[in-house]
Amino acid sequence: MKIDASPVAMPADPSRDLVVARPEGLYCPPGDFYIDPWRPVERALLTHAHSDHARTGSGHYLAAAPGASILRSRLGEIDLQTLPYGETIHHNGVAISFHPAGHVLGSAQIRLERGGRVWVASGDYKVEPEPTCAPFEPVRCDTFITESTFGLPIYRWRSNDELLAEINAWWRDNAAAGRASVLFCYALGKAQRLLHGLDPATGPIICHGAVETLNRVYRESGIALPPTRKVSEVEDRSVLRQALVLAPPSASGTTWLRRFPDHSDAFASGWMQLRGTRRRRGVDRGFVVSDHADWPGLLWAINATGAERVIVTHGQTHPLVRWLCEEAGLDAQSFETEYGDEEHDGETGEPSAVNDAVADLAGESEPVQTSNPATPGPAEPPPEER
Amino acid sequence: MKAFAELYAEIDARTGTNVKLAAIVRYLHAAEPADAAWAVYFLAGGKPRQLVPTRLLREQARLAAGLPEWLFDESYQAVGDLAETIALLLPPPTAPDTEHGLAFWVEEYLLPLRGLPPEELTPRLLDIWARLDTHGRLVCGKLLTGSFRVGVSRLTVTRALAAVAGVEAKRVAERMVGYTAIDARPTAADYHALIAPDSQDAFNPRASGQPYPFFLAHPLALPEESDPGEQLGTTDSWLAEWKWDGIRAQLVKRDSKMWLWSRGEELITERFPELAAMGEALPDGTVIDGEIVIWRDDRVQPFALLQQRIGRKNLTAKLLQELPAALLAYDLLEWRYADLRQQPQRERRTQLESLVRAIAQPTLHLSPLVMGESWAELAALRSESRERGVEGLMLKERESRYGVGRTRSDGIWWKWKIEPYSVDAVLIYAQRGHGRRASLYTDFTFAVWDKSPDAPDRRLVPFAKAYSGLSDAEFRQLDTIIRKTTVEKFGPVRSVTPTQLFELGFEGIAPSTRHKSGVAVRFPRMLRWRRDKPISEADTLETLRALLPPELRIR
Repeated sequence: MKIDASPVAMPADPSRDLVVARPEGLYCPPGDFYIDPWRPVERALLTHAHSDHARTGSGHYLAAAPGASILRSRLGEIDLQTLPYGETIHHNGVAISFHPAGHVLGSAQIRLERGGRVWVASGDYKVEPEPTCAPFEPVRCDTFITESTFGLPIYRWRSNDELLAEINAWWRDNAAAGRASVLFCYALGKAQRLLHGLDPATGPIICHGAVETLNRVYRESGIALPPTRKVSEVEDRSVLRQALVLAPPSASGTTWLRRFPDHSDAFASGWMQLRGTRRRRGVDRGFVVSDHADWPGLLWAINATGAERVIVTHGQTHPLVRWLCEEAGLDAQSFETEYGDEEHDGETGEPSAVNDAVADLAGESEPVQTSNPATPGPAEPPPEER
Repeated sequence: MKAFAELYAEIDARTGTNVKLAAIVRYLHAAEPADAAWAVYFLAGGKPRQLVPTRLLREQARLAAGLPEWLFDESYQAVGDLAETIALLLPPPTAPDTEHGLAFWVEEYLLPLRGLPPEELTPRLLDIWARLDTHGRLVCGKLLTGSFRVGVSRLTVTRALAAVAGVEAKRVAERMVGYTAIDARPTAADYHALIAPDSQDAFNPRASGQPYPFFLAHPLALPEESDPGEQLGTTDSWLAEWKWDGIRAQLVKRDSKMWLWSRGEELITERFPELAAMGEALPDGTVIDGEIVIWRDDRVQPFALLQQRIGRKNLTAKLLQELPAALLAYDLLEWRYADLRQQPQRERRTQLESLVRAIAQPTLHLSPLVMGESWAELAALRSESRERGVEGLMLKERESRYGVGRTRSDGIWWKWKIEPYSVDAVLIYAQRGHGRRASLYTDFTFAVWDKSPDAPDRRLVPFAKAYSGLSDAEFRQLDTIIRKTTVEKFGPVRSVTPTQLFELGFEGIAPSTRHKSGVAVRFPRMLRWRRDKPISEADTLETLRALLPPELRIR
């Protein structure tokens, strides 16, 4: 654990903390369970199904009910207990409840209460509501553990409607010119969010297998998505010229893409906010679409919790911690975690900003073990922005 | 302004030349001529001088965004581009301007800013930012700092103009000469002249001091140990010259006046009074293409000395005496107002030789022909380049016409350069890159050992910075290594535990009092990542010093 320079003294008795950082993950000592552990443990509470937060190998899992089917489709046969949003369960004297985080379907913030103290671990979250998952709900707490993937003021998002209008216009232009529109994005969450807002009148929507699997889970969970097909199900290949193709970034440069000989490509990610990352990615268009909070979103969410102490887990941890200490007068620090931290992927061009803060910590403090978990999860799209 | 900012965003986002070309053509068709005039100026590389000091711009943007200094800096480091950082951080515009075009913006809002005192600049900057969206602020920021660059070549702009005008690109290239000079103020009339139909061609060399578009050479890349004859045929179809390490220039004499133009199409007449002086001796209607060098003791002097001349504002008599310039003439483009460019190289050469001999000026020398009966003989002469203070050989097709830019249709000029100097050096500092490398550690400082391997207490001494020569994949791997081996951070710079060895190439080397190592190198770049060698095998300062040209070593 690293403690950033903070003008506010740390609480006198850290043994009273409800969550601490351990080599296995975030740990609740009185409850004897972990939150989103990156190594196999006895009991794991999961915030959401992205692979840097939900890993196989643990004994028992507890998660929010709306995320159950996604977790099962990703982690396979696991011992999973679920809880509807807002309901409380007690374990070793700790009251546990899950609250919507607005990140992807079933994503949750985890609220812990013991002896009148309330801690909330956010997992990943975004604050603007969109139709494919329950919107983020601020939960009052004493200590808020937050992500900071886009924790710099250069990250400010436009509204979901504006973004979708832009993407639909790009698709229409391509369809009119008789070329397919290949849109790369993460298979879980981002793909379904985009899908929900696409205008099916423009042409057929083709999904890569990795995306289609998750579409099915979303539909079964009652999220309305326009009709989609796998490319193998398309008999008349000429319609591909009007098609929008949703594929994970790992499909870039593979033979699968050869089925769309004449196409324009685009990438949907918060990292597309910067010209540098956009150009590195080498696609025709970059759409700035993120399932994480932007800078104003992070500050709004932190403020809405009323927390006096804030712990930042991953992303741009340093700037957010310093801002909270110096400008907001809060007691802020960072935890070193393995969220959002995986090796650069040469083919898909992981922007290093995502690893920046983590690397910063690794270079400056006694590092927590950073070896990979013993049991890797199932095959995943690259971890650029989960 | 809005239309131009959108054109910039579109060019910036695209990779294909044809897509960019089409976007420029669309813009030019739709734009007012006065706006198009400025758009062409900026796209083709024109840069007005910096209008607002960077520090003030940065500080005002930071205040307008309401951020502490450190957070503005963190943001800038993540973005890697000041204008873009400012565009992203400022609050949304309060009075968006969709009405005024580029020309109005440049002439009414931007150019008048130069030289204003800070207290007058501040309200004007805030007013400008209030009127522009993110795209507009980005473009405006780049114009204000004089750092506007966009990913199109001058050739692409020329082709777009040719498409709009319906005339040959070559014609447009001739009309473009001098268009992007630093003090140019392009008007609607200038734009009309660029796209005029052929019959009303406004290009009339007699009327002006304009040079011709420079004909540029292509690098000759031969597989190692191969016979140049396989690619080039016999030596007798080529004229060989030394490749001089100076400033390429055209000397223009018309209407009793003399102009000296650099390759960048800037007027440099006043920088070289000794060359301007020979204007008297040259007949009107003469254009000579050649290389400006420092010439002393009957030989060419290192580029480092020419650099001292260029860098100096005041040309004192002492400086002119110590560092005398000369023009090494290698082509004659105009003679008695007749354009010779369509004549074969050998003809132009013959005429040039008689001219240079006839006027016999002390500052005008013929760039001599290098005689070799065979490729083996020429190769042997080329290997003496370094001792002669040249960069290698130029091979010019005897029958070639004088083309425009890097064309090949008129015949070809090859530059057959010698291999760069190279040393093995250790990476010791890294800084995040700019543009498409923003937030990746791609700008490195390299060091060599100060003593030989047997010395007990030797240390690494930095001597060069380099940021090119690796593949994207290698840059990414190196970025990871740098993050893992960071020792200390000083603002955007990290020092790392020295673990990585590189073969570093450079074109020239000179003594320097400004560098700790005592030497400065030109165009350093990474030739190879030597993962096969330990850092203990890096070269030493002694090796570097031994590369200094003798005439620089003595001084």
